[in-house]
Amino acid sequence: MKIAVLSGKGGTGKTFVSVNLAVAKNAAYIDCDVEEPNGRIFLKPVDCKESPVFAGLPEFDESKCVGCRKCVDFCRFNALVFIKNKPAVFSDVCHACGGCSLICPTGAVTETMRQIGSVEQCKYKKTDVVTGILNIGEASGIAVIKEALDTGLRLNENAVIDCPPGSGCAVMESISASDLCIIVVEPTAFGFHNFKMVYRLVKLIGKPCYIVINKEDAPYPPLDGFCAENGLPILARIPFDPETAALLANGELLYGMNDYYTDLFDKVVCEVKP
Amino acid sequence: MKKLLILSGKGGTGKTTVASAFIHFAQAKAFADCDVDAPNLHIVAGVDAEPQKSDYYGSQKAVINTDKCVSCDMCREKCRFGAIESTDEKYKVNEFSCEGCGVCVAVCPTGAVTLADDVAGKVELYNGECVFCTAELKMGRGNSGKLVSTVKSTLQKNAHDAPLAIIDGSPGIGCPVIASVSGVTMVLIVTEPTMSGLSDLKRILKTVTAFHSRAAVCVNKADINNTMTAEIENYCEENKIPFVGTIPYDKQASVAINAGKSIAETDCTAKQAIKEIFDRMMRMMEVTP
Amino acid sequence: MIIILPLDENKTDICVSFGRCPFLMIYDTENNSTEITENSAANAQGGAGIKSAQFIVDSKADALITVRCGENAAEVLNAAGVKIYKPEGISAEHNIALLKDAKLSPLTHFHAGFHGIQ
Repeated sequence: MKIAVLSGKGGTGKTFVSVNLAVAKNAAYIDCDVEEPNGRIFLKPVDCKESPVFAGLPEFDESKCVGCRKCVDFCRFNALVFIKNKPAVFSDVCHACGGCSLICPTGAVTETMRQIGSVEQCKYKKTDVVTGILNIGEASGIAVIKEALDTGLRLNENAVIDCPPGSGCAVMESISASDLCIIVVEPTAFGFHNFKMVYRLVKLIGKPCYIVINKEDAPYPPLDGFCAENGLPILARIPFDPETAALLANGELLYGMNDYYTDLFDKVVCEVKP
Repeated sequence: MKKLLILSGKGGTGKTTVASAFIHFAQAKAFADCDVDAPNLHIVAGVDAEPQKSDYYGSQKAVINTDKCVSCDMCREKCRFGAIESTDEKYKVNEFSCEGCGVCVAVCPTGAVTLADDVAGKVELYNGECVFCTAELKMGRGNSGKLVSTVKSTLQKNAHDAPLAIIDGSPGIGCPVIASVSGVTMVLIVTEPTMSGLSDLKRILKTVTAFHSRAAVCVNKADINNTMTAEIENYCEENKIPFVGTIPYDKQASVAINAGKSIAETDCTAKQAIKEIFDRMMRMMEVTP
Repeated sequence: MIIILPLDENKTDICVSFGRCPFLMIYDTENNSTEITENSAANAQGGAGIKSAQFIVDSKADALITVRCGENAAEVLNAAGVKIYKPEGISAEHNIALLKDAKLSPLTHFHAGFHGIQ
């Protein structure tokens, strides 16, 4: 079973839920929040193997170039220029679509690879910990997310996928391979607003959806009402607790160390079915 | 117009809470929400009127005309983004994965594939006593960078006389963050005293400095872990990043937000702390309130 | 000498954005001619500065007068030998006169790309 954990709003507790759930379930933990991967802070995994993630980049053979500029004209991202009779590429703008090399009539454009990030494969006890890491300055982490998922899902048919915040293309990519989604919500006005956005996404892709309400000080009626109206099962209501916050602030894994959370996540494991 | 951008690296540290307080303290006439994936500022901005809405066009997306399609599979084979799906020899473009590169159009032997305009989001401009621009990216879409640029330029265009603009940014270090950093006077990074918060702070600081911007840091919910707060302050000192203050954890924050108000409209300890940070930022930016 | 300036909607003031300005002015000192053209890069999803810079290179310009210029565009212009100057005030006409009198200073600060892409 592949479970994607997402939230819409940042800071609701995706990683907290993901790491503890992965350990409880004996599933691979896959960190797809490639811009700010944090799962490894809690799991402190060892035996790490790092694999680079590459994106293609065009290379130009001047001896074959006839100056037709078809490559420059084709590029919809404006990554190519033609100066002093030579084409050149801006790597940070290039989308690696392969179009320029395809369109060149003389084979003057070929592709080389440049590194945009990496995937780390490590272990916390018996749990496989796979982390996607995007290099600083790179605009898009989609390719890194794809590699991280590929690596993780090959290791274990059970996986917990820790998704990025928001509801954009990176989130979409992260949940595409999952069997079901757990949305972690904060019972506040901000939390509820962003939750609705990400719920629409999950519904659109047609994944079954469960809810975990986290950092609950007091019930937030609009959220409870929404879950009831839409038949969304609430797996757990985790109260806001300063002691828990302090432990998490120190990067502590709670499953197996703390009875309350061990029971809570064991219960979640039983209740989640695609 | 001087622009102050509020970022965090890690999500959920309190960007929007701090941004809305700053807007209140500055009596700012211009502000924007650049967190286009998950905009929240409008909930506490206290702007009532009807906004001017406009469609935001992202990249064009490929469309397959099934009448002309001969199922040769060239498009699916050449697509680098896995955006072309076929079921029973019927070909379709996945609008979420398609990046509008045009390779499928180029390889199609029958002209069955074309590129068409795609509405990727909406921009809302409130233009009254204050100018407030916000936007929402349609789910699953990319092109957040250009939408962020659109929000900023819309704000600039409609409020160019305003001396100060406050911009609520997005979490992470990717495209929408990079787009928001360009051209701002200063960046305030709001972090939290957790290991995740510190780890993400380091990455967002690297990003901001790589894009030649001045940054300052403050710690929100500082008293949930005073040791971590001290560690963050040390890190800033060692790296010569101005550390502009701490904000205590305050339940009043969510009470205010849930009531659709800025924390600056209530009386609480966090408000006072945020005001001190605001004053320091204004001095650093040389803005007279 | 061919001089290019990014123009605002009013086609008289210099636009602060170079990559996404609505119009471009092409001025030829040899015959005092002025041509104003729409900037096709304005709505580009990404690489707007690069596209605008390519247009300038293709126009065989010698100089660009702009308030801001991105690093990517600057790289293109530098490689092609196009000089970049800072304007004084916002009048396009006035700045052309200043440049003809060699009274403009070079632009030395280039900002990072907007990355208006995926």
